[in-house]
Amino acid sequence: MSIAITTQFICFTVLSLVVIIGALGVVLLESIVYSAFLLGGVFMSVAGLYLLLNASFVAAAQVLVYVGAVNVLIIFAIMLVNKKEDLKPISDIKSRRVISTSICLTLLSLLIRVDLTNVWSLSSPENSIGEESTIRIGEHLFSDYLLPFEVASVLLLMAMIGAIVLARRDVMSKDISTGLPVDQELIEKSSEPLLTNKN
Amino acid sequence: MEYGLDLEYSFNEFLKGFGLSSEIAHIIWLPLPMLLVLVAAVVGVLVTVWLERKISAAAQQRIGPEYAGALGVLQPIADGLKLLVKEDIIPAKADGILFTAGPILVLVPVILSWLIVPFGQNLLISNVGIGIFLWIALSSIQPIGLLMSGYASNNKYSLLGGLRAAAQSISYEIPLALSVLAIVLMTNSLSTVDIVNQQSGAGILSWNIWRQPVGFIVFWICALAECERLPFDLPEAEEELVAGYQTEYAGMKFALFYLGSYINLILSALLVSILYLGGWGFPVPVELIAKFLNLPINAPFIQVFTASIGIVMTVLKAYLLVFIAILLRWTTPRVRIDQLLDLGWKFLLPISLANLLITAGLKLAFPQFFGG
Repeated sequence: MSIAITTQFICFTVLSLVVIIGALGVVLLESIVYSAFLLGGVFMSVAGLYLLLNASFVAAAQVLVYVGAVNVLIIFAIMLVNKKEDLKPISDIKSRRVISTSICLTLLSLLIRVDLTNVWSLSSPENSIGEESTIRIGEHLFSDYLLPFEVASVLLLMAMIGAIVLARRDVMSKDISTGLPVDQELIEKSSEPLLTNKN
Repeated sequence: MEYGLDLEYSFNEFLKGFGLSSEIAHIIWLPLPMLLVLVAAVVGVLVTVWLERKISAAAQQRIGPEYAGALGVLQPIADGLKLLVKEDIIPAKADGILFTAGPILVLVPVILSWLIVPFGQNLLISNVGIGIFLWIALSSIQPIGLLMSGYASNNKYSLLGGLRAAAQSISYEIPLALSVLAIVLMTNSLSTVDIVNQQSGAGILSWNIWRQPVGFIVFWICALAECERLPFDLPEAEEELVAGYQTEYAGMKFALFYLGSYINLILSALLVSILYLGGWGFPVPVELIAKFLNLPINAPFIQVFTASIGIVMTVLKAYLLVFIAILLRWTTPRVRIDQLLDLGWKFLLPISLANLLITAGLKLAFPQFFGG
């Protein structure tokens, strides 16, 4: 085994372990803040896997979009809300767990099926386009993938309008679900007094 | 343009002369440029800190550091030593893991970005194809570190500082990336070496600053905002937030933030000089001078000479910009948070979009000037 292949193998093992353990942590950890930060680590490791596959542009785009935008916004939202309240016990937790487990197992079996049936033809290093992939991605985005690319922007626009409506509560005077008038005052956290009374 | 010093090749050939295989020679070579650039970055920080002290003193009619070495040049080293031996405090109610990881996450992407800073045709760590895009991607990791340290400090000023830092860097990343995109459009490449070579045709006349004046100003404003320098230093606004996300930090962890912000400032200045001021190019093309003096451009001593001129020019341009940044810091008042976001979203973003559109139009209309 040459040094390059050994390095690649070590990198692949470490990155895969980080992805798997990090993803488990995202799901299983109690603290939502830790989950959000671990999610960032998982995204970074996935970018590392792209780098190992010679897809440097995709790796950088992954970091920019998922770590720099999506994950930062998730953490941002968590910290702006940041309510320290105990979660209410859910009454039918068992049936919910059964349903979610079965859905996850179905998805997993689908993925395994794809993995087994698809022919993963490995192109030899001579065939890989490497740095040229940036140009190739651009060509595809502006020719045969133009419609999905543009439709995605409509989706983002819809999400943005929804976010603005939700954030600016003066747009709607009534709550959508309950029909009660909306409290227009600032939400303030109930906080303990900083200095205890001496009397 | 395939001439130039290739130190890696010569070094590998030199080691192969001792009977080492090319792989081992490559492994021995790999850490050398990284260490060199790391040392260059840290020395650059020391120089910048000294400049900041001296220039701020001059702006306020003081003398500034005076006793540590001649003209106080050893003052930054004394500062560094002090921070190194200070007690490392983690507040009792802070989150220990996140509190420690925060400063690291702020510093590492900044240092990694030095990967793409070229000081000459072959004088950079790695001429990766995605070049300048790598820097944009890496600089987007930083807000996570800031949010992390702001949250972990368990202090309302820290949290507010972290949130402000994240909001600021998200809003200024977009015009920054758009103005870089206009340059990339003209160069037809993301690589920093190609961007400099595209400007090297006619010396100072072919620098991008003449073709992209709007992009230059937008990029410089955004770079200052990303570095949290004074017109935009809201995340650590002393009068409102104590010191923002750094409030609870002391000792070496604080030093990491300090180092990170100054390395980022130098990096931004270097990138402005690469993108808009011709990088390592001399105001008059070196090839023309060599031709005028009847010197062979490929002779070894000329090569060493032009490479040193290249390094000096890059550093000179970068430090000129650092000087402007320091002068700005000590002469301008701070903007308010709503003014900051207004400037980013309602002014810089439309302007940089229009700049991109006009650049694309000009590229189609005058390909010989704007096609690269």
